[in-house]
Amino acid sequence: MTDRLDGPAAPREESDSRGDSPAPADAPHTTRRFGPSPVIAIAFLLPAALLLGVWVVYPIVYSVFRSLFDASGTGFTGLGNYATIFTDGAMLTTIRNNLIWVVVAPIVITTLGLIFAVLTERIRWATAFKLIVFMPMAVSLMAAGVIFRLVYEEDPDKGLANAVLTTVHDTFSSSQGYPEARPREGDQSPVAAQGGAVVTKQAAQTGRPVLIPIVGIKPAVMPGNAQAAKTPQGGNELSGTVWFDFTPGGGGKNGAVDGTEKGLPGMTVEAVSDGRVAATATTAEDGSFRFEGLPAGSYVVRLPQSNFEPAYRGLTWLGRTLITPAIIGAFVWVWAGFAMVLIAAGLAAIPRDALEAARIDGATEWQVFRRITVPLLSPVLLVVFVTMIINTLKVFDLVFIIAPSSVQPDANVIALEMWRVSFGGGNNQGLGSALAIFLLVLVLPFMIMNIRRFRRENA
Amino acid sequence: MTTATATTPVTELHTGAPRRGVAGRIVDRLGGGAVQVVMVLLGVFWLVPTLGLLVVSLRSVEVNNAEGWWTVFTKPAELTIANYRDLLASGFTASFWNTVAITVPTTILVIGIAAMAAYAFAWMEFPGRDTLFLIVVGLLIVPIQIALIPIASLYGGMGIFGTIPGVVLFHVAFGLPFAIFLLRNFFIGIPSSLLEAARMDGAKEWKIFASVVFPLGKPAIASLGIFQFLWVWNDMLIALVFANTDSQPMTKALQSQMRQFGNNVDILSSGAFLSLIVPLILFFAFQRYFVQGMMAGSVK
Repeated sequence: MTDRLDGPAAPREESDSRGDSPAPADAPHTTRRFGPSPVIAIAFLLPAALLLGVWVVYPIVYSVFRSLFDASGTGFTGLGNYATIFTDGAMLTTIRNNLIWVVVAPIVITTLGLIFAVLTERIRWATAFKLIVFMPMAVSLMAAGVIFRLVYEEDPDKGLANAVLTTVHDTFSSSQGYPEARPREGDQSPVAAQGGAVVTKQAAQTGRPVLIPIVGIKPAVMPGNAQAAKTPQGGNELSGTVWFDFTPGGGGKNGAVDGTEKGLPGMTVEAVSDGRVAATATTAEDGSFRFEGLPAGSYVVRLPQSNFEPAYRGLTWLGRTLITPAIIGAFVWVWAGFAMVLIAAGLAAIPRDALEAARIDGATEWQVFRRITVPLLSPVLLVVFVTMIINTLKVFDLVFIIAPSSVQPDANVIALEMWRVSFGGGNNQGLGSALAIFLLVLVLPFMIMNIRRFRRENA
Repeated sequence: MTTATATTPVTELHTGAPRRGVAGRIVDRLGGGAVQVVMVLLGVFWLVPTLGLLVVSLRSVEVNNAEGWWTVFTKPAELTIANYRDLLASGFTASFWNTVAITVPTTILVIGIAAMAAYAFAWMEFPGRDTLFLIVVGLLIVPIQIALIPIASLYGGMGIFGTIPGVVLFHVAFGLPFAIFLLRNFFIGIPSSLLEAARMDGAKEWKIFASVVFPLGKPAIASLGIFQFLWVWNDMLIALVFANTDSQPMTKALQSQMRQFGNNVDILSSGAFLSLIVPLILFFAFQRYFVQGMMAGSVK
């Protein structure tokens, strides 16, 4: 793909219906010569030169000098501002975050782009898929930030990410959380608390239902599907009921299933023999449980502690530890389409013959992919990768919008810190200039790379 | 290189009929059904966050604070356009027009100024031309941050700090390197015979530019235009620094509401959705040019 750096993508659409447009060949610009006088050239260049000079070039020079002065701009501090960048604790967090960004985001995006590009060749609705994945590119990062603030809401009833996590979690672990619930206490009670768990005081008998009365359940915790408690009848297996031994409005007999009282579904129940768990069951909607196929014997029935831990509520996405990965997730959502489209274009250009030849020679599809497709794609992959590095170095909007102000110091990146220090309350334009120069130095290698590649390809 | 990345014949998003490629065959072995399922899931994954924004924007703050937006499927009656009505009644419409007033002139100026420079770089001889163009290439990825402080103090002196012209000029300047680069590379592909013929006829450079180069450059100019438009429309950083409350575009207006996200979710969601309607319409209408612009300059 690099072979045509100067033949930009733009004009290269298939010559469909646009016969009027000259097919821009790899036109050698050696034929250019008899032009107008340089004076006219200057006239054409002047507006652009003026704007670039004043708004882009002059600021670079100005910033270099400004970065050597203190906040007020009067006291010369030498490299003091740069020293601050590399010694101040908050600044080091900022640099560390940028490092995480630069290492993680480009790799994830390039890999995803490659996977998507490969997979879209396989489906009939590739166009629709590409449009969907590419769409975030048109959306402002501000709007993307609002979108992901909503996704990352901590309450699983509001935030999509945690709603999905808790759903998946609850599918694989049936235990329903009953925080603060405890056994009915007292000598009459058949059960007692034991190190966070609830156990029967007596060994349970098969054929006689085990009663496990529980109290202290808040209405908000009570599952919506709970039915009136029932005691399982008949059968030779060990069975019983876990229920909320409380009759709303009073009445009812403690320690007995009173008909109006609710069973507690989703409790994990263990049959324990000699300190070993012999069988596990889960209570039904009416609170009943039954150990099937359990050999006769003497068992203590136990409700393990896991029942009494609060229900799984997902992750604190916008908290101090996860904030940077969470924002990188949003960034990936925005940029994956870009990587996909570029890589798909590269994929389409791979000559089929080379691949066929390899297959005829007996290469497996994986070998073809690893040894031929990926190497042939490497220029495209490099472009995507480098572009993403530059973009991650400059990341600003998403961090600013997604990170709540209380965790912004933990999510901070150089581009954001530069703004905060100079305009967002910091009011230290000396340090701000130093940060801007630092950012410029970070992209400098890629700038040089661009220039060198351009020269090579236009030589 | 980040920038011009003319890979191949530009593939547009709609690449026509499904083509069984290399990779296609690789995946054949993995089982077509599984791929379909994975792709559907991925598509949903990419679509759902935006859908969530839309639904949230169509429900009251109370409902949004009580339950997740996905309950809309069982309770569609809770939908309301009240948020949008309130938003339009507030000052937000002014920031919408500010966004337009910043974006449209910027796009026109960038195209005009860059096209002139690109023509000079492509088809005129003057000393230092190649060096100057290399500088343009180098400027492609200069971070905006570098200019915030110097230009802020410059604008203070000129008295245009906080005004729309100030914001526009900043955008134009930082849009130029990419624009010049893109157009110069396109113009250079115009057959020299066309230009020579015009010059032989004694046409003035300005006339050649306006009647030969500019019309022939339309595809590239369209790409540049759409790209530039979206970039300026979506900008927040430049607006944060150089616009004040009278000249602020939507992005800045919304940002100022972020501090109380929970309470302002009605304004934020409807405002964010309103701000992305125009880009989405442009994207779907001109996606071909958008992709080309992006492919030609994956810089920003």
